Amino acid sequence: MEKGTLKKWFGQFFFGFDRQLGLIFLALAAIGFITFLSAGQNTAVRIEDEIRNFVLAFILMWLVSRIPPKWLEVAAVWVYSVGLALLIAVALFGLIKKGARRWLNLGFVIQPSEIMKIAMPLMLAWYFQKREGVLKAWDYAVAGLLLALPVFLIARQPDLGTALLVFAAGLYVIILAGLPWRWIIPIVVLGIIGIALLIIFGSTICVPEMSWPLVKEYQKNRVCTLLDPSSDPLGKGFHTIQAIIAIGSGGLFGKGWNMGTQAHLEFIPEKHTDFVFAVYSEEFGLIGNIVLLGLFFALIKRGLIISASAPTLFTRLLGASITLIFFTYAFVNIGMVSGLLPVVGVPLPFISYGGTALVTLGFGAGILMSIHRHRRLVQT
Amino acid sequence: MASLKKPNLDSFQQRIYVATLFVSFCFLILLSRLVWLQLVSHNKYSTLAESNRIAIVPAPANRGLLLDRNGIVIGRNYSALTLEINASETRDNIDDVIDGLAKIVLITPRDRKNFKRSLEDARNMGTIPLRSMLTDAETARFMANRYQFPGVEIRARSFREYPYNELGSHLIGYIGRVSQRDKERMQTEIEAARPDIDPFALQAAFLSGIQYVGKIGIEQSYEPVLRGMPGFDQVEITAGGKPVRTLASFPSTPGKNIVLSIDIKLQYLVEELYGNYRGAFVAIDPATGDILAFVSKPNFNPNDFVEGIDSVTWKELNESKQKPLYNRPLKGIYPPGSTYKPFMALAALETNKRKPTDAISDPGFFNFGNHTFRDDKKGGHGTVDMQKSIVESCDTYYYTLARDMGVNMIHDFMKPLGLGQITGIDLAGESRGILPSTEWKKANFKKPEQQKWFEGETISLGIGQGYNTFTILQLAHALANITNSGVVMKPHIVKAIEDPFTRQRELTTPKESYRLQFKPENIEVIKKAMIEVNRAGTSAAVFKGATYQSGGKTGTAQVFSLNSQEYNHAATSEYLRDHALFIAFAPAEKPTIVIAMVVENAGFGAQHAAPIARKALDFYLEGKWPKGVPEWKRAP
Repeated sequence: MEKGTLKKWFGQFFFGFDRQLGLIFLALAAIGFITFLSAGQNTAVRIEDEIRNFVLAFILMWLVSRIPPKWLEVAAVWVYSVGLALLIAVALFGLIKKGARRWLNLGFVIQPSEIMKIAMPLMLAWYFQKREGVLKAWDYAVAGLLLALPVFLIARQPDLGTALLVFAAGLYVIILAGLPWRWIIPIVVLGIIGIALLIIFGSTICVPEMSWPLVKEYQKNRVCTLLDPSSDPLGKGFHTIQAIIAIGSGGLFGKGWNMGTQAHLEFIPEKHTDFVFAVYSEEFGLIGNIVLLGLFFALIKRGLIISASAPTLFTRLLGASITLIFFTYAFVNIGMVSGLLPVVGVPLPFISYGGTALVTLGFGAGILMSIHRHRRLVQT
Repeated sequence: MASLKKPNLDSFQQRIYVATLFVSFCFLILLSRLVWLQLVSHNKYSTLAESNRIAIVPAPANRGLLLDRNGIVIGRNYSALTLEINASETRDNIDDVIDGLAKIVLITPRDRKNFKRSLEDARNMGTIPLRSMLTDAETARFMANRYQFPGVEIRARSFREYPYNELGSHLIGYIGRVSQRDKERMQTEIEAARPDIDPFALQAAFLSGIQYVGKIGIEQSYEPVLRGMPGFDQVEITAGGKPVRTLASFPSTPGKNIVLSIDIKLQYLVEELYGNYRGAFVAIDPATGDILAFVSKPNFNPNDFVEGIDSVTWKELNESKQKPLYNRPLKGIYPPGSTYKPFMALAALETNKRKPTDAISDPGFFNFGNHTFRDDKKGGHGTVDMQKSIVESCDTYYYTLARDMGVNMIHDFMKPLGLGQITGIDLAGESRGILPSTEWKKANFKKPEQQKWFEGETISLGIGQGYNTFTILQLAHALANITNSGVVMKPHIVKAIEDPFTRQRELTTPKESYRLQFKPENIEVIKKAMIEVNRAGTSAAVFKGATYQSGGKTGTAQVFSLNSQEYNHAATSEYLRDHALFIAFAPAEKPTIVIAMVVENAGFGAQHAAPIARKALDFYLEGKWPKGVPEWKRAP
């Protein structure tokens, strides 16, 4: 093949790829891979698995970026309906593992709540697109119902982490679609007051005799350990305490790649998955963390810019919601590992090991690419 | 970004702008949290991470051996395989793991209970023994199924063993599982001994390094010597407790061997001779204070206590009417009865209240106030001088003597002899007994009318009854002081401390406490009278045919006072029968052994106590083994 043809082919292949977004994804993947080489030791996971996941995610991203947003609009209702049906099926005859009913056996085992992470913003963006211009107050109620149903089903599996992410994804769409400020502000104020009360009265309501309404025992424990991890240093608080020690002992420059004692002496639980940030922080220090936070911030900023300049309401809402979901993943994960938020099963995008999460991320990234790629096609 | 900052923003772009602010705000929170952890609190977490990865692995010190005066081992260690579980490495629930193990090795409910308790103490960290002394078959079965039990392993541990079981149990004592209070006490002890070790490291090494501690007997009183100094390794570990490498090592110092003054064969013989009788027997070498035998019957098996005694055996021992756990020679207090007479006689001579030749006429009773004190012999002993008073054990002689001396003069003479006093023997828990005086009564009675001393109370003191109560150890010690010409040697069970490697012995004895200024001729009078007791007196029949000369004195102590009734041995309930007492020394010229003993509720001293003393002396002085007693066998 001649040099010219190669370049042409290469250009065609990446045509429409947003260069900034692509570079950020690559940088994050590189950090994820380097961290995995350290954190993945002594686990059941092999390097090949990690490489396979990345390759799969990038192929998926490439494929999805080729799909015109119009198709997604058409598919939205179907994807959502199928997702919801599967969630109901899970509730009726799902598989139970570790006390949670999250999986469905269709010859192969799937976790339908993962589908909802993409299906939810798709559906709501489709709905608001449909009602564009004739939006009434009760439209928010309908959107709220579309949101609440799957979130309720996921939360009672129970899978608080995923429910939270699906809820956030839907909520972002509703807010961005124009939910009046006079409705948003009181809820935010109430939430802040609630958190403040929880912190102030934490010691009184965390006594073992007291059970909280609507909340499972282990969920209560997570909140309580967050408020005071030292209350149970070898039990429920162990994860948080050890992760904080890892981060703090990393210092400004970190202990160096593969040199983290907390990580390599097995003090960090889930060190290559949900708690991988503790390993990264211990080995690369505050400098490394600033680089990582900077990359995430750049990713979100770019995603929001792409969404802001998107041609249709559907693509704007979808793009912004997906971008903010990336943000939510990163914020909740880092917050939980550093002891600011309760422990919920949310991975750190591109850094945590995990096939399903990477597939979902690849899908989301692909949609952003697609919106960027097809912006002119629709506008002209 | 430029498009976002345009005025007249439409609703969507305004909201994207707010979202960007929100995201920035959240990232700032994360950033400040990370700055807080990694810059401000870095030192704190650095220290925590460091201490996290270092574990203190205890290296227990070998406990010293216990040897008798001839080098026979009576307390030793052996190594045995134990099944141990590291709870943090097991895959399943700990109860399921134990259930699984119970299918291939025997695990008793007690093993399970002990394990659970240790597990709680250790807060689920480290390796905790479940079953000790695995048989070869059990070991093989476990090794074959090992793959099923991650976190379970077999280890060799050192165990304490008393090869002669019951023999000498009260003086040897036993070790048992260490308690929290033991640990706190020992920590202060070791902190003082090893100031070079960081107290925190010490504590960590300590809490897990010492599993046993001496609970009673020599095991308790020589605990620091026997225990040695536990060492420890600083090991880098994983959170699961798996060692990665050793960072520093502090080797342990083994405990020292202890050589007892006890002649274990003599001890064995006496214990056999007591048979099913209860009682106490103490033999002392008067020149040194060496305790040669220290018998308490009945006794118990100290091996039962090492790993924690099971509740059935414990209940049996603790609730038995025989009180097998009671250290009789050390703690039991008995009225001395007629064995007190030689001491009274010496007191009379030393205080010039009597001359040896002073005689009384004994009608068989003594009237004081409106009370009649009777003599054992109806019609009396006739004319009685000092020697006859001892040989025939005449009570009337001592009633008048006690009256003439008064309680305080008796007290002042007996006190330096060690009667009713702590002897200072190297065993914990010694009883003081009672040597009465007017002071004593004032201090020990509540009501004013009881605090007054009545002269009538003095009379029966003369024959070793009344308030007088002494331990058998005190009686032996007091007699040894007399036969040793007034030189008081502190009685002791431990003779020397031996280095376990060089076998070099460091003598811990003898220790002269003080000297009593007795006139030698007075001592001779008493000794002569006691020799006459064994030659022609109450115990003459028992000592017939002995090839050495010995002195003795029999005694019978009332357990409960008879009100003018005749004492009928057979008709009296067993535990209310009289105690048979005997004291002796031999050979007469230069005594090398002094004996004091009691056979509880047996009746007359001459009949039940003296024969045991005779056989003990025959063996100790001449090596003669009595017929009918199983031969001494060295434990394998």
